Amino acid sequence: MDKIVCACGNVNPAGTELCESCGRPLNKETNDKKIVDMRYEGSARRSQTYNKTIIDKVWNFFSSVKVGMWIIVAILVAAAIGTILPQVFYVPATTETDIAAYYERIYGWFGTMYYKLGLSDLYSSWWFQGLVGMLGISLVIASLDRVIPLYKSLKKQQTKRHISFLKRQRIIGMDQANVTEESLLKAEQKLKELKYNVKRDGNAILAERGRFSRWGPYVNHLGLILFLFGVMLRALPGFYVDETMWLREGETLYVPETDGYFLESKEFIYETYSKEESKEVYGEAIDRVGTIAKNYQTDVALYKGPEGSIAGHTEDLSFVKEVSIQVNKPIKFDNFSVFQMDFRLDELATMTFQLQDKATQQSFGEFTIDLADPQPVYELKKGYKVEVMDYYADFTGFEEGVPQSQSPLPNNPAFLIKMYSPEFPKGETSFVMIKETVEPLGENKHKIAFQSVETRDVSGLTVRKDLTLPLLALGGLIFMIGVAQGAYWNHRRIWIQLLEDGQTVVAAHTNKNWLSVKRDLDKVTEVAHLPKYLDQQDIDSLEEKVDKEEGV
Amino acid sequence: MDMASLSSTLLFVAFVAYLIATFLFGGAVKSSNSKTTKSFERWGKLAITVTILGFIANLGYFITRWIAAGHAPVSNLFEFTTAFGMMVVGAFILIYFIYKTPALGLFALPIGIIIIAYASMFPTEITPLIPALKSYWLTIHVITAAMGEAILAISAVAGFIYLLKNIDLTKKSKERFWIEAVMFVLVLVIGFIVATVSFSLADYKAEYSYISKDETQHNIEYTMPALFGMNESVALTKGAFEPLVEMPPIVNAKKLTTVIWTILFGTVIYILLRLILRKRIASVLQPLTKKSNSQLMDEIGYRAVLIGFPVFTLGALIFAMIWAHEAWSRFWGWDPKEVWALITFLFYAVFLHLRLSKGWDGKRSAWIALIGFIIIMFNLIAVNLIIAGLHSYA
Repeated sequence: MDKIVCACGNVNPAGTELCESCGRPLNKETNDKKIVDMRYEGSARRSQTYNKTIIDKVWNFFSSVKVGMWIIVAILVAAAIGTILPQVFYVPATTETDIAAYYERIYGWFGTMYYKLGLSDLYSSWWFQGLVGMLGISLVIASLDRVIPLYKSLKKQQTKRHISFLKRQRIIGMDQANVTEESLLKAEQKLKELKYNVKRDGNAILAERGRFSRWGPYVNHLGLILFLFGVMLRALPGFYVDETMWLREGETLYVPETDGYFLESKEFIYETYSKEESKEVYGEAIDRVGTIAKNYQTDVALYKGPEGSIAGHTEDLSFVKEVSIQVNKPIKFDNFSVFQMDFRLDELATMTFQLQDKATQQSFGEFTIDLADPQPVYELKKGYKVEVMDYYADFTGFEEGVPQSQSPLPNNPAFLIKMYSPEFPKGETSFVMIKETVEPLGENKHKIAFQSVETRDVSGLTVRKDLTLPLLALGGLIFMIGVAQGAYWNHRRIWIQLLEDGQTVVAAHTNKNWLSVKRDLDKVTEVAHLPKYLDQQDIDSLEEKVDKEEGV
Repeated sequence: MDMASLSSTLLFVAFVAYLIATFLFGGAVKSSNSKTTKSFERWGKLAITVTILGFIANLGYFITRWIAAGHAPVSNLFEFTTAFGMMVVGAFILIYFIYKTPALGLFALPIGIIIIAYASMFPTEITPLIPALKSYWLTIHVITAAMGEAILAISAVAGFIYLLKNIDLTKKSKERFWIEAVMFVLVLVIGFIVATVSFSLADYKAEYSYISKDETQHNIEYTMPALFGMNESVALTKGAFEPLVEMPPIVNAKKLTTVIWTILFGTVIYILLRLILRKRIASVLQPLTKKSNSQLMDEIGYRAVLIGFPVFTLGALIFAMIWAHEAWSRFWGWDPKEVWALITFLFYAVFLHLRLSKGWDGKRSAWIALIGFIIIMFNLIAVNLIIAGLHSYA
């Protein structure tokens, strides 16, 4: 398509509606309008100019505000549907079958349907992420389609605009008033007082303020684009780590995904508010609710292993620091943060037994099994010894005679034990559980008698690295700047011109807050005796006319 | 008098002041026309003065409670909702000084009053902070978010006035139906307050035991006669009302009972009002909006969104994400409250685009502003009470 040459001599890109320089309408459609659309200054937007190739069509689709709004509405509705039932990551089940069963058990047929339709994991579904992706594309294209021509137009605009442009502004006044050079100077003065940027070209004045607010929408869209880009980066390896670790008191464990860091739990602390200790005002609440948690804390020591050290090898660690991890106070090192997320109190740590004579209860020695690390054999004195043949940490019962353990956590330890003594050098077999013993291979003379346990607390920690955070923060910051720029400022322009036929024209435009620009114009009119202006949109609707006569 | 009781007294003073100010704004609205400018100014000035005095008392409540509790009083439903009501009044005062519109006060103050009254239906005692809330971000995030929501609420009030004025209530139409529906919902809130207050004055309490969804036994105390019973509920209090219907374990029958009582009380009040007034409630209120300027209301509605939207985004999304990263190790976790904050954000983003690019103003813009307020209230009430999540503190 060809460039459009305006009567004023300016060469405009194809598709321009209002001459960038003087403002003359450049096509019949614009010429027929009573008030011109000033949103993009009548500049040539790609999407409004080309519609031939497939690229044009895709561009036009995504540059449409209407399409963008439908995408947002679709995301909004989908997001709302995702809150009807808890999402899978809040459900206490891990395997697919367990999850399905959970939804059915708790929420019945509705839960099953919700799960089957994939709504239980809606936010990571391909279609939801696709919608967000489309929003991202729309943000980029819709912004580029508008900001470039708008920038060019505003840069090229001249102080002296053609009367056909001024007449098509929403606020316009024209009159044979005797406006002299003196009143033009006064107007200039007043406009400067009102903090306008005033330009003068012969008998024409252009007063402008807050143009930068026109960039607000594009700045905030840029912020959003950066943010979405940051979120996408998380999918790349190395940018994002999300691991959990269970750390027992006294234990030293490798911190997953880190470069040889180890954490040792010194102590886990769980505190609740007590009426005696806490402020008097809390008494009533404590009475009503019962216990209120005050603190979850793991006191840890952080160590760094030598280069290339691997999990399980806790030798040669060098101490880094000692910290208390609390909720809201993670430990931080090397781009990693470790958070206090969960805990289990009083997990069994060790069990102490005696080998006894069943009849006389005479002891032949005591031994302690470390439940995290049971030894195969415990030697006792005088030829007595105990062999742990098998260990079931979370014993649930026998299935066809075979003992079962449902997890590696020592919730209900049971042991298959062989007791050796001088009388029975081949050993007697016993199955030892808490509070109970089974003798699977016949009556024994000896028994394993439970003595005591030691317990310890377990801290549930989350290990996190997120290198995208700075980008997300930058995106958020730019977004906020853009929004504030667009929301708290506005772009106002006032044109005053003495025409050759002796008439005076005033016209004004603002991107929002029309009442304020009218107020400004009133002040200028007062000192400079300019013609009375009309709000052309006001006259259009009868309703508004009535309004004008009414008070507040 | 100790800080805690001083605080409650100040809240009561604020509440009464807002009530008086509402009537004064009524006077200002009635007398506002060009002939009685002086009288209008007198009423208007008096009304805004009383409002500001009330607001100062309200701030006093906030500060004294802060001192008494040792943390910002925004940590449970009562505190948050009260703060929200206070900020609605604060936002109104701000907008009043830009636009000088008494009609806005006449409708914004009752909204503030209803919100504060609603808040008082929750347990009001001072609670200590659970570990997740122990952070200065509690203060920053919650106060900014509430401020944003309050300013957005003013937009809905302006939209409401615009609609009330511009909808033809003499002819049957969808608009007429829906504006009356809005009135009905407001009456329902009053119904909830009346129901709660009546049963608590009658000192109604009944305890039941029930079997929860994880098949364990719990006890629950009803403060309203149990229309619905929890799963396998057994009355523990002698002479307790026998529930009419027993619910399956996933339904919290106590909350359902409260909802149904609210609807019963609200509907009865609504019917009584209609019988006494012999008019739609919207028609009764419409004359009060007659003298307000539609164009001005439209502009206020839009301006309030422009001012409120960035504040809301900052408080409810950005500060929220920063804190979530510190407390829960991730900045975003699709928790229902987070999602609904995002929905609110997206909704107002649509509002702004439709207004700026598609030229939606007047009635359409007013309806959207009203729906926006409904979303905010949904996030405040339903998400906390019905949808369980990390934010269910009360």
